[in-house]
Amino acid sequence: MTKSARKLYTYWFLLPAGLVYFALFLLPTIMSFFFSMTRWDLVDWEFIGFDNYATFFSESSLNIGFRNTLVFAVVTCGLKVVFGLLLGVALTSGLRIKGYLRSVVFFPTLLSTIAVGIAFSTMMHPTQGLINKTLALAGIAGPDWLGDTSIALLSVALVDVWKGVGMATVIFIAGIMSIPEDYYEALQIDGGNAWDKFKHITIPLTAPAMNSVIILAFIGGLRSFDLVWAMTKGGPGFSTDLIASIIYKQYQGGFYGLSTAGNVILFVGVSLLAFPLLKLLNKREVDL
Amino acid sequence: MAQSRNKLIYAVAGALLTASVLSACGSNNDNSGSSPEASADSSSPAASASSSASASPSASASSERYEKPVTLKLLIDNQTSTAGIQAVADEIEKRYNIKTEFDLRPGGGEGDNLVKTKLATGEMDDLNFYNAGSLFKALQPEKYFLDLSNEPFMQNVLDSFKPTVSVDGRIYAAPSGSSQAGAWLYNKKVYAELGLSVPKTWEELKANNEKIKAAGKTAVIGSYKDSWTSQLVLLADYYNVQADAPTFADDFTNNKAKFASTPAALKGFQKLAELKPYMNKDYLSTTYDQALKMLVDGTGVHYPMLTFALSNIFATYPDKIDDIGVFAQPGDSADKNGLTVWMPAAISIYKDGKNVEAAKKWVNFFASAEAMKIMATKAKPEGPYVVKGAELPEDAYAGVKEMVPYFDEGKTAPALEFLSPLKGPNLPQITVEAGAGMKSPEDSAKAYDKDVEKQAKQLGIAGW
Repeated sequence: MTKSARKLYTYWFLLPAGLVYFALFLLPTIMSFFFSMTRWDLVDWEFIGFDNYATFFSESSLNIGFRNTLVFAVVTCGLKVVFGLLLGVALTSGLRIKGYLRSVVFFPTLLSTIAVGIAFSTMMHPTQGLINKTLALAGIAGPDWLGDTSIALLSVALVDVWKGVGMATVIFIAGIMSIPEDYYEALQIDGGNAWDKFKHITIPLTAPAMNSVIILAFIGGLRSFDLVWAMTKGGPGFSTDLIASIIYKQYQGGFYGLSTAGNVILFVGVSLLAFPLLKLLNKREVDL
Repeated sequence: MAQSRNKLIYAVAGALLTASVLSACGSNNDNSGSSPEASADSSSPAASASSSASASPSASASSERYEKPVTLKLLIDNQTSTAGIQAVADEIEKRYNIKTEFDLRPGGGEGDNLVKTKLATGEMDDLNFYNAGSLFKALQPEKYFLDLSNEPFMQNVLDSFKPTVSVDGRIYAAPSGSSQAGAWLYNKKVYAELGLSVPKTWEELKANNEKIKAAGKTAVIGSYKDSWTSQLVLLADYYNVQADAPTFADDFTNNKAKFASTPAALKGFQKLAELKPYMNKDYLSTTYDQALKMLVDGTGVHYPMLTFALSNIFATYPDKIDDIGVFAQPGDSADKNGLTVWMPAAISIYKDGKNVEAAKKWVNFFASAEAMKIMATKAKPEGPYVVKGAELPEDAYAGVKEMVPYFDEGKTAPALEFLSPLKGPNLPQITVEAGAGMKSPEDSAKAYDKDVEKQAKQLGIAGW
């Protein structure tokens, strides 16, 4: 066997997987770029250039999603990092019931998002919901969590954090547990207190874990759909519409070309935000 | 050391990512089942009943009976009560040896997706139960469904139904039962207590609202959590629109008239905005089901709704059904007061189905007065019929009986969505904004005009 033939021979093993990858991933991706520039009814199509993109950026009911999605992703990502880290530290400490608490914290992650959404939208009802009734016992008049357009998006974000923080916590626990005890002992000998431990050892050495959490939570936030759909369907009006829910509504309307354009925008948007973020975080990690 | 730590973290992160992908699949499944989004224009539970006879194809039934049983599949949404249709289907099986298999799909937008996808991929069932009007026309019936213009049963169908399922003068579907109205449901007990009478003008309605509010009750029930319910005031105003602007539907379809620039049409948005002070405080979080309960309890007195709500009320509160009345959304003057009517859902035959002949027999029997009579034993009508000679049964809902005078006096008009293929998909959100005062009626009308323009362009309608 010549060298080149041997080289070729190995590629045959890649072919089956390559074909599947091409047919199920690459081909649809390329096609979506094409169909996003058409008026399309799944059977016939007509090429209309960048009209769909222009519509997406010019119509207020469509582009409101850009702002909402960014707010949603930043808020959920930030809160998941903060709460995840704090819970991670608490659950690796000497707490006696930490095994039980770890399960409690992780439990919401296992639930169906739709079930969580429906349960919370019932609890957040302004007059009959559990949350406001409890607040009323303490003499506080709770807001209309999902009805008030200025806080509806934040209410949904809070539920997303409640549901997602367990995952962040587990990643942080893994990160914290892999920090060798020696560092803490050294700090103790130098006379550091608990805060110094947290600030000078835990935080820097969990940087890889934090990066994973940030990336996962941020991309998850940008693509988020199911929770918003279960809780508000983008309402009241358009006030909690995210890009993904808007795309879904265009698909419902039978605007397949337009909704494909939305997906391309989402794809490009997520890539443009996620890759530089990943690079930045990795750089920071190396610097440490 | 650092490397192995990273490995561990990535392993955990990877496992979690996989888990989240899997759970996402799971929740999508939940989604299709658990968000019953019956849009106002969609999936009217259109079971119905009828009596009286006209030409029926049953005379030669025995000779038309199949030797071997034939099975037809009927694609129908899961929010429609199938009891009435089932009764007729049982009779069809007895007579023709044609079995009917119900193929349930979600209602609302998700159901639309499914139907369109089934058509596009050639997997449509033999029979398709679907909204008449703009939604039906958006399916491009001329491409997928059998032309039924010359079928014998068409003689029994009222002319008012036919245009809602016709394209270029050819008729593509049969009616599935009774019509219904977009109107104001009201609690008659409270009306009697407060000494109110049914309003014939918008001013009278507002005066009634004031009195109800003064009595400490909710005058108008808002249930914007189910955003489709917010459209009713606008949609039910169409009788008043066409009384003032008779050519509006055509002009609207042909890009010549807009909601924002047609005063009669703009009024629908203005009326919606005027109701806010009379609505329940938690109208943005109230659902359709909660609204029905308020209406039945009498804590809420008016509910602008489609009359299929009567069936829902009857199912849950059967002893209270006769407390609920119906009146048309009033306009400016009492002598121009009329009812906006929704046509029953359409049943069409898939052109490339395997059993087209059997399906024709099925539909021919289904759209007869005889079939309606069978239906009446299982399901009550939500409005008068669109099959000729049919009258309401004795035990019809009180609210439905109140609709009859409008029909007898000819004071009805079909809703706009039955006259024009255009209905902007964002209307529920836009009417929520208008009703909640987030936007002025004028701005909402403009937003809706833009939404319609987007739809017309996306669907490639001529003149846009």
